[in-house]
Amino acid sequence: MTATTERSSAEVGKARLRKEDRHLVTGRSRFTDNMVLPGMLHLAMVRSPYAHAKITAVDTAAAKSSPGVMAVLTGADVAGEQGSLPNAWPITPDQKAPAHGAIAVDEVAFAGEVVAVIVARTAAAARDAVERVDVSYDELPVVMDLEEAFTDKVLAHTSLESNKSATWVFDSAEAGTGSSVQDAIDSAEVLIERTFYQQRLIPAFMEPRSTVVDPTGEQITMWTATQIPHILRLMLALTLGIPESKVRVIAPDVGGGFGGKLQVTPEEVITVLAARHTGKPCKYTETRSESLQAGHHGRAQVQRLKLSAKRDGTVTGLSVNLLADMGAYLGLVTSGIPILGAFMYNSIYKFPAYRFECNNIFTNKTWTDAYRGAGRPEATFAIERLMDELATELNMDPLAVREKNWIRHEEFPFATVAGLEYDTGNYEAATAKAVDLFDYQGMRAEQKRRRDANDPVQLGIGVSTFTEMCGLAPSRVLGSLSYGAGGWEHAQVRVLPTGNIEVVTGSSAHGQGHETAWSQLVADRLGVPFENVEVLHGDTQISQRGLDTYGSRSLTVGGMAVLAAADKVIEKAKVVAAHMMEASEEDIEFSAGSFNVKGTDQSTSLGEIALATFAAHNLPDGFEPNLDSDATFDPSNFSYPHGTHLAAIEVDTETGHVGILKYVCVDDVGVVVNPMLVEGQVHGGLAQGIAQALYEEAVHDDAGTLVTGSFVDYLVPSAPDLPHYITGRTETPATSNQLGAKGVGEAGTIASTPAIVNGVLDAVRHLGVKDIKMPCTPSRVWHALQDAKTTGGVR
Amino acid sequence: MIPSAFDYAAPATVEEALGLLAAADAAGDDVKVLAGGQSLLPVMKLRMADPSMVVDLGRIAGLNGVTDSGDSLLIGAMTPHHVVATDPLIAQHVPLLAQAAATVADPQVRHRGTFGGALVHADPAGDLPAPVLAAGATFLISGPGGQRSVDAADFFQGYFTTAVEEGEILTGIRVPKYTGWGSHYEKFTRVAQQWSIVAVAALVRVEAGTITEARIGLTNMASTPLRAAAVEAALAGGPATADAIAAAAAHAAEGTDPASDLNGDAAYRAHLAQVLTKRAVLAAVGLQAGA
Repeated sequence: MTATTERSSAEVGKARLRKEDRHLVTGRSRFTDNMVLPGMLHLAMVRSPYAHAKITAVDTAAAKSSPGVMAVLTGADVAGEQGSLPNAWPITPDQKAPAHGAIAVDEVAFAGEVVAVIVARTAAAARDAVERVDVSYDELPVVMDLEEAFTDKVLAHTSLESNKSATWVFDSAEAGTGSSVQDAIDSAEVLIERTFYQQRLIPAFMEPRSTVVDPTGEQITMWTATQIPHILRLMLALTLGIPESKVRVIAPDVGGGFGGKLQVTPEEVITVLAARHTGKPCKYTETRSESLQAGHHGRAQVQRLKLSAKRDGTVTGLSVNLLADMGAYLGLVTSGIPILGAFMYNSIYKFPAYRFECNNIFTNKTWTDAYRGAGRPEATFAIERLMDELATELNMDPLAVREKNWIRHEEFPFATVAGLEYDTGNYEAATAKAVDLFDYQGMRAEQKRRRDANDPVQLGIGVSTFTEMCGLAPSRVLGSLSYGAGGWEHAQVRVLPTGNIEVVTGSSAHGQGHETAWSQLVADRLGVPFENVEVLHGDTQISQRGLDTYGSRSLTVGGMAVLAAADKVIEKAKVVAAHMMEASEEDIEFSAGSFNVKGTDQSTSLGEIALATFAAHNLPDGFEPNLDSDATFDPSNFSYPHGTHLAAIEVDTETGHVGILKYVCVDDVGVVVNPMLVEGQVHGGLAQGIAQALYEEAVHDDAGTLVTGSFVDYLVPSAPDLPHYITGRTETPATSNQLGAKGVGEAGTIASTPAIVNGVLDAVRHLGVKDIKMPCTPSRVWHALQDAKTTGGVR
Repeated sequence: MIPSAFDYAAPATVEEALGLLAAADAAGDDVKVLAGGQSLLPVMKLRMADPSMVVDLGRIAGLNGVTDSGDSLLIGAMTPHHVVATDPLIAQHVPLLAQAAATVADPQVRHRGTFGGALVHADPAGDLPAPVLAAGATFLISGPGGQRSVDAADFFQGYFTTAVEEGEILTGIRVPKYTGWGSHYEKFTRVAQQWSIVAVAALVRVEAGTITEARIGLTNMASTPLRAAAVEAALAGGPATADAIAAAAAHAAEGTDPASDLNGDAAYRAHLAQVLTKRAVLAAVGLQAGA
């Protein structure tokens, strides 16, 4: 561990209110659907009601003659120009994937797939004409269940010989990062074998996806509700064969994403095609039903696990065998999501043997892809559930089992069995603080009291520790994993003649608060007032380089680029300062916005230098008259936030209802720029993780129809359903970036799901319940309790 | 979320509304009555309902409000849920209705949605039918042939089906006063804003420690709200004690026919009905706070 940045700062560490909020909360926002262009046409999609079928005919005549309709495009109409939607992460050289046209041409592979698009003068006219398109289908057998799909008895695509897309294996013995899992299992004193189910989740961002395309002139301009304007621009160019220079992508205000807007969507491509065919600006805004049905989903894995240990609680090895549901197609990073988890199953522990095998499998559902945490929540859930199972088996306290196995703070940096190098961490400190805030012993006493009294409302204590790899990502590492791009981020810091600062960032925010945080960073670094910093982002014509926002990368990668660019500004300004004060450059010291000549009282400010540089009347010979600076930062390592979460769970044994009595989390996200933003990220993350544990599940029927097709059935919790969170922090700075920050976007989501489920089971295990699938609905909990009475508790 | 095109009329009187319904019927129009619209508009936007004409009762004077008529209260069909939830007459004489109305959806819906609208919609998971049934209300219906009244026991006929015929309008609901009775509405959901998985409405009169009469309504235990007759019979004349109430509540699932869905199967609902009946009656007699 090393000390980090000098903390002379006034801004970093301050709970600044968000700059972004005034316009958002006063309705002066501009989301994509607010865009109105002259002559703009509106799109509505004709979607397949079948999960798997041949398209035998598409009759558009009635729709084309429908009032206000300007065009109807089918897959056949655009087959020659629509290309195939990109998958940027072929995890193996022999990865299989079906062609994925934005509009299905001759076969549909999930219910909700687009088979035609209506282009009309009004949104209502477009919607009306949808019902006038007559599509003839020959139904094909569907395969919905992941384990059934693995058997290949029914194929999700007639064009593929198997439902298997790829198999990816990591073995610590082969990689040289550890020993053989088979040996560990063969010599295990205790072997815990479990299968866990990661249900399908729907990102359920607040703003439905929306796209406007203006084809005016030579250039295509797209406004779209995306997390990834830069990647989207490149991918649109590659997919549609348009020069990249002719595509401008703008992400205006974007209302949440959670990975759900980390995608190149069929609807974005279709909107370009519609604009190209009509020569008019076109808008498509999905309905909530379409968003739930046809946007990409997350999780959807079966985890078959073997954990070997000694009877003293020392874990000796872990074998992970995954089935990962791709859905019907491979989206942008679909195939890589389980791989992001592969490095995290060992979590904070130092067991010596690890094997991970993942089979990526196609089914007839909308495809899966990134969803908050993306592979890492699944991994953490598995290991943290197993640690509780081991504790139960050995009759140990779940915290004691964890402590027995975790990496001690003095052992960092630590080379993990999965091949990563954890730079820093202090699991002891975070856990001790959480135990204290939770009153762990007091809660255990209350639990015992209720058990002894046979209280109808039993108490369980859920434990979860976690770490994750954030700050995606070192480009070389991505290259070694066959990802199609790097992981750097770009920034530009511009000094205006008035001394005000413009920061251009490639990390485009969609609710995180980058404008506020980046302003704090730059205000400190350049010694200018917070209010004098303007942050520009989300437009590829303004922010020309960037790799966007996902994977808790913004501060640790994008923020570092901002700081590096600011440092270059200071270096340039020193040259001018030396010239202005007739001193030598080496004698110029910079602090708090002021350039001083060492050992004198001579000084000048950044503002004065900015004006002098703008005027350019008297600059050093050969000095380019501007202070603006660019920087591109490629991290040397991931960052590894960690934390300990404790949940007191009440289970009403009469109804099966699960309540959260107390929730404590202590997260170590390294150095914090804005505690309020961090708190907000933690709260939102907890809500999403709790939602997986208790509420949310995308359910399809046997025919492939999404049963949870509206928020009536897809239960997203709201404020009354969630507890008061008790949050704490420890601060162990990262060494992979100069600030010592680690990333916080996914922390709450990762740790809370296993904490809740461990708590539910801890409440009812003594009544004979062994496991409950997520979400732990009242019905499932009650049935588990009934089964325990009658069959001894296996469910 | 754009409905099909439809004609819209907002009559000023019941007579005018009935005339519009009759004319639409004669013209072969598929007409829907809009009484708040918190259920109708969503299904129209989803195009699960496709009326060619909508008759909005929102501008008819005299259908909105609660009046005291001696032994009973008259609740206008267009009275919004939030009025039912907060009206002093209802609080005094039938607080069960206020409590149930306060559990409907969210504040926006409670200000737009109406008591009569929800009753005619007759969603088996809706929160108003069971209390109204338990209370033995009378439904006042106007139609081409004049006014008629229907007892609550005959009003609810099936999924989303009531005694209100095409061409008719529900104008009011007469609810007997239960002044001095204990009551409770026990609703069970997975998240705060949700239709009932199961709910139980209890009206209980206790005299000197004995339950003299109990009226129990069940929400979402069949295609219509049900009276838990066996529970009522078991409670009547018995002591208002936890043991007696629990024993009586064990009959709650008798004669029910609950559905199975994502929130629970029929067996779970049958069990919930018993637990929630016990809790509702306990709360109604003041032995235990309801959830």
